This record gives sequence, C-alpha cells and structure tokens, in this order.
Amino acid sequence: MSKVDPRKAFRHGFAMRMRGMIRKEFLQIRRDPSSIAIAFVLPLVLLLIFGYGVSLDAQHVPVAIVVEAPSPATRSLTAAFGNSPYFRPVDFSSIQEAEDALKRRLVDGIVWVRSDFAENLLSGETAPVGVVVNGVDANNARIISGYIQGAWLTWLEQYARDQGRPLSSAVSLEHRVWFNPGVRSRDYLVPGLIAVIMTLIGALLTALVVAREWERGTMEALMVTPVAAREILIGKIVPYFFLGMGGLILSVVMAVWLFDVPLRGSLWVLFLASTLFLMTALAMGLLISTVARNQFVAGQVAILSTFLPAFILSGFIFDIGSMPAVIRGVTHIIAARYYVAILQTVFLAGDVWNVIVYNGLALAVMTVFFLSIVKKRTRKRLQ
Amino acid sequence: MDRPEIDGGRADIAVEVTNAVKTFRRAGRTITALDRVSFLVHPGTVTGLIGPDAAGKTTLMRLLAGLLLPDTGSLHVLAVDVLRHPLKVQGTIGYMPQRFGLYEDLTVKENLDLYADLQGVPMQERPERYGELMKMTGLGGFTRRLARDLSGGMKQKLGLACTLVRAPRLLLLDEPTVGVDPVSRRELWSIVYRLVEQEAMTVLLSTSYLDEAERCQEVILMHEGRLLGQGSPKSFSSQVEGRTYRVHVPTMDKRALQQRLERAPGVIDAVIQGGDVRVVMKEGVDADSRQLLPDIAGVCVSPVEPRFEDSFIVLLRQESDLRTTASLDLNAVGASGRQEDVIIVNELKRRFGDFYAVKGISFTVRQGEVFGLLGANGAGKSTTFRMLCGLLPLSEGKVQVAGQDLRRAAARARSHIGYMAQKFSLYGDLSVHENLHFFSRIYGLHGKHQRNRVAWALQEFELSPFADAPCGQLPLGYKQRLALAAALMHSPEILFLDEPTSGVDPLARREFWHRINDLAEGGVTVLVTTHFMEEAEYCDRLVIMSEGLILAEGTPEEMKERFRTAEQPEPSMEDAFIALIEGAEGVRSVS
Repeated sequence: MSKVDPRKAFRHGFAMRMRGMIRKEFLQIRRDPSSIAIAFVLPLVLLLIFGYGVSLDAQHVPVAIVVEAPSPATRSLTAAFGNSPYFRPVDFSSIQEAEDALKRRLVDGIVWVRSDFAENLLSGETAPVGVVVNGVDANNARIISGYIQGAWLTWLEQYARDQGRPLSSAVSLEHRVWFNPGVRSRDYLVPGLIAVIMTLIGALLTALVVAREWERGTMEALMVTPVAAREILIGKIVPYFFLGMGGLILSVVMAVWLFDVPLRGSLWVLFLASTLFLMTALAMGLLISTVARNQFVAGQVAILSTFLPAFILSGFIFDIGSMPAVIRGVTHIIAARYYVAILQTVFLAGDVWNVIVYNGLALAVMTVFFLSIVKKRTRKRLQ
Repeated sequence: MDRPEIDGGRADIAVEVTNAVKTFRRAGRTITALDRVSFLVHPGTVTGLIGPDAAGKTTLMRLLAGLLLPDTGSLHVLAVDVLRHPLKVQGTIGYMPQRFGLYEDLTVKENLDLYADLQGVPMQERPERYGELMKMTGLGGFTRRLARDLSGGMKQKLGLACTLVRAPRLLLLDEPTVGVDPVSRRELWSIVYRLVEQEAMTVLLSTSYLDEAERCQEVILMHEGRLLGQGSPKSFSSQVEGRTYRVHVPTMDKRALQQRLERAPGVIDAVIQGGDVRVVMKEGVDADSRQLLPDIAGVCVSPVEPRFEDSFIVLLRQESDLRTTASLDLNAVGASGRQEDVIIVNELKRRFGDFYAVKGISFTVRQGEVFGLLGANGAGKSTTFRMLCGLLPLSEGKVQVAGQDLRRAAARARSHIGYMAQKFSLYGDLSVHENLHFFSRIYGLHGKHQRNRVAWALQEFELSPFADAPCGQLPLGYKQRLALAAALMHSPEILFLDEPTSGVDPLARREFWHRINDLAEGGVTVLVTTHFMEEAEYCDRLVIMSEGLILAEGTPEEMKERFRTAEQPEPSMEDAFIALIEGAEGVRSVS
C-alpha cells in the first residue's frame, strides 16, 4: 500500500462526502417540483400580485362631482379632475343621487360644487366646495381626501393666475418628494418583497426539506454514515444558497425590467447584503428543523416565526417609525428589517453608506449568531 | 484478564452492551425503553434481536449506532466505546433503519453513489463493488429506476445494498423484514448468510417475527425493555423439550378443540395448526388424552418438535398470566342467523388512474366464518377491504354485504359491519371510557342502551381498570382490545379486521384470537387481512392475493396439501405461499 497522508485523506473524504450531499440535494430539487415552486414560482406570483395587484396609491378613484349651477368656473374645475390620473369623475346633478351612489360604493368620494360656488369664488370667500369621502377604509379615505384637496388647491392657484389675481392665501406649500418622486408604492413594495421571498426560500424551504428527511427516515440513515454534523449542515446550506440567489436574480430582473423600479445603488452591495440575509434565513430554517421533525410543524413554525415577521415587522409595508415603542423594539431582532432597509436604499436612493453599513453590520451579527446556534444545536443524535 | 483490550472494550467481541438503561419522557411520563440490558455478540455470527413492538429493539439499535445516548451503562462496538467515539463507530458499521433510509426521488444508482460518497468508497473500487451488490440483490436491471418506483422487497434490498457499499464489519438491520413479502424475506436471509460466510461480517438483526428466530445462530429475546434470555434458538426450544404435542380429534371443529384445550389442566399454550391443535404442557405434566379431554373419544396425542415461540410463551407466562379464559357474552354480539352467504364478491375491480390495484376477484363468505385475505404489501388486500367496507367506491363488479348491494346501499351495509383499522384509529387523548362512548354514539346508540353497551365492553374486554386512562398511553395489547370493543359497540353481523395483530406480542395475539373465535362461534362473520402466515391457520377459509389477483382459495389445510412433497412432508403456510407466488411469477414470465 502506498503511504497516505492522513490529513490529505481526511480532506479527500470531506470533499467526497460534500460532493455526495450536494449532488443529492440538487437531484432532489430537480425531481421535486415543490422546491422549485417555492424558489421560483412563488416569487413570480408574489411579485406579480404586489407589482400589479396590490397598490397603496389611489389611482382612477371614482369620484362623484355634483355641480348644482354650471358655470365656466365649474366646468374648468370638473375638467381639472378629469385630467388628473388619480380620479375618474362621474357627474351628478344632485347631492342626493351622489350620496346614493356613495352608499352603493359606485364612487369613493363626492365633490359637491354648490350653487353659490361662482359667487363665492369671485368674492374671495373660502371653501365653497364640499367633500364627502367613504370612511370605511380609513387609509383610503385619507389618501382620497388628500388628493381632492391637492387637486382643488392646484386648480384654485391656476384659476387665480388665469384671472390675474393673487391667491387669497399668502403662503403656498410646495411638495418635493425625494427618491420616489412619483410616490409610486410599487417602487418601495417590490424591493421590500425581495426580503419576503428570500425568507421563504431560506427558512421555509430548508425547514421543510430537513423535516422531510426526518419523516422519511433518511436522516437516520445519513447520521450513521461517517458524515459529520457540520457536513450535513453545509450540504443543506450550499444548494439552497444557490437556489435563493436564483430567486434573488429573478426578483431583481423582474423589479427592474417589468416594474421599472429604479436601481440606483450598486449591484455588489445588493448581492453582499442578500448573501448575509440569505445565510441568516437558511440558519433560521435549519434551526427550526432541529426542533420540528415533520413537514407540517416545520411549515407552520417557519411561517409564524420567519415569514410573518418579515412581512409585518420589517418595514416592508408598515412603517416601523409609526409602530408603538414596544413593537418598534421587537423589530430590532427581525433580520428582515435590516435587509429591507438596505434593499429600499439601494433601489431607490443609491449607495447611502451610513444606512448600508449600519444595517449590513446588524445583518452580519445576526448571521453569525444564528449560524453558531445551529452549529451548536446540531448533533448527530436522534434526541 | 489476559484478553486484549482497546478503549475499554474487548477485541474478540463484536458488540458489548453492559447495563444499558434508556428512558424517554413523553407527555410528562417517563417510559423505560431499556432496563439494564447486558449482552455480548460474537464476531462472525447472525444474532437476532427478537421481541414484539415496544420491546426496545429499535432503541438498542440506535444506541449501538451512536444515534442515542444511554442514561447509564456502556456500549462497545468492535471494541470502540460508542459514547466517546460515535463517528469512529459509524465509520466501521453498516446500519439500515426501519424504512431502509432510501431517497425516494433518487434512482438506484444515485442512491448507491450517495452512500458510496458518504462512506468514502474510492472511485476505482466502485464498479466492482456495485457489480457484486447488484448481482447479490438482483437489482442490476433497475439501476436507472427511481427508488420510489421499486416494490417493497426491492426497496429493502436496495437499502441493504446502500449499507453494504463499503463492506462493514458489523451490520445492524432494524426490522428489515417488516412489510415485505415472504419471498423477499427469504431472499434477504440468504443474502445475510452469504455476508457472514463470505465477508466474515457480524450481523445483528431485529425482528418481531418469532419464526425468524430459528434462522439466527444466536437469539436475544426482549420484552418491554428487558432481556428475557440469550442463547441459540435450540437452547430456547430445548427448555420446552418433550412438552409439545399435537392433538388430533377427527370429530371436533378445530376452533372448538382449541378453546377446550386452552382451558384444560396443565396446558400453557394451545394454538391451531392445520386441522389440529398444538399444545405446550406445564413442566412435569403429561399430555394424557383422558386428562385433557375426558369426555371425548378418539383423541390422538402425538409429540412434536418444540419451536422457539413455545419457549417465548412459557417465558412470558412466567412474567404475567395474561390469559382470557372467560368467553364473550354471546348474546351481546350481533349474529343475524342469516343462512345465506353474507359477503358475495363478483368480478370486483378497482382502478387508480390506469393502474388496476384489484384486477377482478370473486369469492363468497358464509355466515359465522373466519375468512382470511392473505398477501404481501401491495397485493391489493387493503384496497379490497376498503371496498367491502364501503369506504372506497368500486370501479367494476358487484359486491353484496349483509344482503345489501354496495353500489346502491353502501350506508345501509355499513350499519351491519364493524371495522377495526390498521393502527387501531383510536383517539389517543381521550380516555378508554370516552373512546367507547364516542364510538357507540357515532353508531347511533344512546340512553340506557348506550350505557349498557359501554359497561359490557369495559367488562368483557377487561378494560375497567383503565377506564379513565388516556388510551394513547395503554400498552399495544390493550389498545387492540379497545379497538375491537369499539368496533363491536353496535353489535355488527360482520367484523372487518385489517392487520389486527401486527406488532403485538404473542400473548396478546392469542388473547385476541380467542375473542375472535368466540365471536365466530356466536355467528359473527369475520373477515381478516394479515401478512402473518401463521395467523392464516386461524381462518376457516382464505384467499391468497398477489398483484391484485386471487392465486388460491380454500381451507388452510387444502392450501398446504397442494404443496406437500417428499422433501417437504409438512409444508408451512409460508412455504405454500412462496410456492404459489413463485408459480404465478413463473407463469407471468413465460407468457
């Protein structure tokens, strides 16, 4: 027999075992449509729903316009509403009819131009227009009334200028929205959604596939081979890391080319932050799988402990700043929070280093924390 | 003494277990899975770890493989301390867990590759080793097939091939023959022998089939976490040497005879075998026909060879005298007095997609008969069963149960039948009393009648002491009793039993059949599926199924008679079964 360096032999064995584990995982991914579905179809569906279906902006809002005494001024006002992308005006001649339409939810708001509109306008009196908004959906109501107010002020200013008279109010506000001048909710929803997708691929998928190995008894067979506990971990992390990065690329491509979300920061920052976050998510999934040994429990735990927090407490939809102090405190232990902050910055603002560095460091801490717990908790034991 | 010692273990011993204790905590209770177990396994032997479910076999296997830690005690495998060097042990043993540890969505070859990688088999050695393994297991033609598409027997052999991919010095097989047909079981055993002889392997194998004990060189008998004995199968059966007899009474029905003998003085065990009854006598008591059956003429008693199971029963009886001699109150069970055939099956077929699970079978069952459906997993017996119970619609054919056409009046037919499912389908969190109450209520019992039936069940099935215990915590034998009681709440005419005794110990199994015999005597028709060949002996008539077809129908004696040859003057039910299956496969491969 030839002399064999034991350390070299060990490294060789390690490489062979890792190759076996990783190849097996990829073969399973290829043959099992459910992991492909979670990694690629789910992001696709979520992005399409959030990109097209869910919008926090009010657009083409049906608004009843009640003009009791038509005049050139009222005509010009109605035209202003008609030209705005936010409204779809519907004309009514009496307030009763308009209220009826509001009750039947045919319109979301009423602009009531009373018969004394033209006189009041000329005499310089204020507020000759009545506004009624359906307040069932408080958020929507606030947005609509804000839009109506804005449209009204814009028209009033224009009208005054046309009439060659200064506006009665001395101060006029000029809004300037930074980073998202169109105030398109899609532009901040889509980047945030990437965090949700990465959580799903990282935590849910790994928790499920490890639970499946427990269910089918293959984990027991693996554990009796010379494979070490950390090799089992690496064998799960590597394939699903690639799958997760595949999901990320798909999401970024869809965001930029399908939804026209700007990508103002650097790609490498995006990928580095994603790598950190994906590792955290994978570690969380593996941690769940050390406790949950059937797919049902693993799925439930993963959704409750990773997906929902990423959805609700990450600032993806709901602003962290307006949460109660206690909840705000809780968000600090949600890894998705830091990732969402980086994503929204990189997409909409660019490389804002203090934001990226702070959140990136927080993500790195979480990655190390979860990976070391998983390493510690994973034993080649059934109990 | 002067034996070489490495790492605290003896080098001339393959497995050394000393005072191993293992407890689990479940739902606030401590369960002792292993209670101070000690034994040695010598290298180059086939040792069987034998015992019913919950004996502690799997726990012991897992301890040896380093998958669990004992509470106290020490374990050495090939002279290595398992507690201190689990990885080293795992590098030298092969271990096949209960479900074979195969990746279902990988092919045969890919499964082998994976385990070869994990076991560090050098690439250049693989083609030769794979070739040997494929030849040994007969899987050579299926290397590109997905593991999930293999039959149970092929999966078992692939599982074995994967654990053998780097020839281990010790092979641990945890219940390798469960749920596998007798042909595959026989093949597995021949592979095991070959490994021990040609590769000088040591094999430790667990099983709950007592008849497999006789195939081992050494047997470790376990029951409820304790070791009852260790030795060669011969040494066990020699304990009952000269105490086993066959009793033949031409004028008596075999079941009635068995019931009589069970209660006869000096009899420890009485089981039906063929048309006769096999008895085990107490030590020092002669099997005298006048003593056994004083009022019957023409009794013929002849001595027979003792079996492993006999000694197990004797050992168990010393521990607990769990024996039912009381008969069921027959007035309380529902015999219809119907004289005609109570189950008529005509050209029954069941299709799943384009796969026929049942391919056109016909048989009839007479009232008061115990009728058996025998077959390996996948033979179609559970599918047939579910159709007869009205749980699964028929694809084609006609079935009449208790005078009702199943196509038209499945619900009415169901009210005449009792069904005891595999694994018993009881509510583990409910007490015994609550389970009985629930099952009687869903069968429409209420008021005084319901209370009477629940009281009847608690008394007849000796469940009163456990009435308030959650049934999930009962021993398996008691769960089985409870499940039977629940199926009888509405006094059904026909009782369907789906694998009723799998996993329970032989005492509980005898007790169960005792009650079934009583029911049949009382006119209840019993239909039972089983893959325990010896249980077929309890049936009046049976059919053997394979791949959705009936291969043979008749009494157990007729079945065995067909395969009586010069070399095999006393074929067992299993011999008959294997001969039938092989005959059917021969026909198929010719056609």
